[in-house]
Amino acid sequence: MTNVQPLEPLTILIAEDSAADRMLLSSIVRRQGHEVLTAANGAEAVEAFRFQRPQLVLMDAMMPVMDGFEAARQIKALAGETLVPIIFLTSLTESEALARCLEAGGDDFLAKPYNQVILAAKIKAMDRLRRLQATVLEQRDQIARHHDYLLNEQRVAKAVFDKVAHSGCLNAPNIRYLQSPYALFNGDLLLAAFTPAGDMHVLLGDFTGHGLPAAVGAMPLAEVFYGMTAKGYGLSETLREMNAKLKRILPVDMFCCATLLCLSFQRRSVEVWNGGMPDGYLHSIASGERTPLTARHLPLGVLSPQTFDDRTEVFPMAVGDRVFLLSDGVIDTCDANEQLFGVERLQRVFAANRRPDQLFEEIEQALRDFRGEARDDVSMVEVSLLEAAQLSPPALVYSDSGQSCPLDWSVSFEFRAATLKRFNPLPYLLQLLLEVHGLRAQSGALYSVLAELYSNALEHGVLGLDSSLKRDASGFTRYYQQRNARLDELQDGYVRVHLQVAPKGEGGCLTIRVEDSGKGFDVDRVMARPLDGARLSGRGVSLIRQLSRNANWSDDGRSARVEFFWEALA
Amino acid sequence: MADTHLDRDVLSALQEVMEDEYSTLLDTFLADSEERLSQLHEAGDAKALGATAHSFKGSCGNMGAIRLEQLCKELEQMCSELEQRSEQKSLEGIQKLISEIDSEFAIIRPLYEEERQRSLADSATVRRF
Repeated sequence: MTNVQPLEPLTILIAEDSAADRMLLSSIVRRQGHEVLTAANGAEAVEAFRFQRPQLVLMDAMMPVMDGFEAARQIKALAGETLVPIIFLTSLTESEALARCLEAGGDDFLAKPYNQVILAAKIKAMDRLRRLQATVLEQRDQIARHHDYLLNEQRVAKAVFDKVAHSGCLNAPNIRYLQSPYALFNGDLLLAAFTPAGDMHVLLGDFTGHGLPAAVGAMPLAEVFYGMTAKGYGLSETLREMNAKLKRILPVDMFCCATLLCLSFQRRSVEVWNGGMPDGYLHSIASGERTPLTARHLPLGVLSPQTFDDRTEVFPMAVGDRVFLLSDGVIDTCDANEQLFGVERLQRVFAANRRPDQLFEEIEQALRDFRGEARDDVSMVEVSLLEAAQLSPPALVYSDSGQSCPLDWSVSFEFRAATLKRFNPLPYLLQLLLEVHGLRAQSGALYSVLAELYSNALEHGVLGLDSSLKRDASGFTRYYQQRNARLDELQDGYVRVHLQVAPKGEGGCLTIRVEDSGKGFDVDRVMARPLDGARLSGRGVSLIRQLSRNANWSDDGRSARVEFFWEALA
Repeated sequence: MADTHLDRDVLSALQEVMEDEYSTLLDTFLADSEERLSQLHEAGDAKALGATAHSFKGSCGNMGAIRLEQLCKELEQMCSELEQRSEQKSLEGIQKLISEIDSEFAIIRPLYEEERQRSLADSATVRRF
């Protein structure tokens, strides 16, 4: 008989009431290289286990004081998650008695008389099992630690991101949205901000992938969105910049489906760009009709800046109308049979909806009914058009002291055809004007008037578009189609902008003159119209007259002139 | 020959396992067996008797006391039958079996002592060289 040394000696408890058997078994086990503890009954065995924690137990079934079954139960309870294999020593033969051993927590049997070879093999097998269990527990704990670590990282990342994302106006009274708290880590992104003119930009995006990779692109996207919106850039410029930035920083298989909206409360319209998102819906409350806002573009971050298409669509809106956007988590929700929730089911929810404010809840309920549980990548947002006066865009914050404020200057620009096609000079002009502290308090009106003058000069002047087209919804669409087409074909023409700032008493005066190369219009007829804000067409002129002073048109309407005044600063 | 009482192969295997402690094991078995025997005589009911017979059987098996093991096994079986049917006549059979166990132990006891002496002499011999 050779002395077989196992890889790692175990401490083995032998519980056996017969002294001779105990002695024999101890010798066999010791010769196999293990440490031996002995107990003469079940109660001693439990005590020995409690204080010395052997790794394996050889347990006689029939013992005085406490039998092996009860001792096994107690030892298993003490061992908890750790696997302490118990091998029952038994001359029992009835299957019922053997089954009792297993029920009590036994892992194997060893029949008397003892066979050393079988005993050694069983100890080895049980030791393997014991180690396996220990490894599983260790790995489970490790996974749990990693998971906690990851969650903590996500919490930190989310806290940082929330600071960036919520610098916007998601809490504005006309926005309702629903997002799971960790939607960011499903790649969903929702941003909203006011432009200097008081329009509202909203972005619902969905990055490919999940987890941190899906979230990293969100930060630069949010920065571009907020930065450019605050400076007065339109959707096209912002989209171009976002696309170029994502294209530059994201790996090829990552991109961002997105819908970008510009809601204009003054012009009562919504401008839409949808790249790869599910259809959004423009809900007209008056007609009950829902116009789909369909994806017409590839997602952001796919195309090169040269091939990127920033063309938007513009739809008229009435006060109370709503734009509803959703992420693909809604329509791609699967039931147990891999059936998609789909657009038709969504539209059935729309059709059944009686109270618009309950729409989110009804969609969520429908998803639950369909699937049985909620997904965590469902994002929905609804933006409604209010009267412009019902919203108060936050005042812009300036960091400079005002000591270097320019007070007596003028400047002139001429923007020609090739520039008019793609460049939007308004943010630049506004930045320049807001160096004048006295104008900052009216930056919203200033921007609105400047934007209106510029788009009148470009659209009606240079492009020769007829504003009466915008009388109804279909004409509205046609108007913007023509605008895009004529802009593409534009060969010559110009828009000139003259700015003049002069001190006046303790305050000052800004004069803006905008001229265009177009055919002009019948100034007297337009001026004879009442200052009526409810119609879709001709809103521009009344807006300008309401927001600025001394507005007048000369040169057959080709030259517009307005003034802004400010008093002494406090 | 003693072969109907003891399994010599088991004994030599035991000696190999136990080495110097072989004689102590034999002593322990004899002392243990005496205790089991008195337990057999004192047992108050069939259940206690059966349990003692069961444990004794196991030890005998390990120690190569093949005939004693067989007798214990018969006793255990008889006890379990008695427990189930409680027939008066099998009480006699039990009495008879216990006295057979007594006499079997009386036979093997000197055999184990002889074996013990032999092993001590063996190891003394081994030590001398």
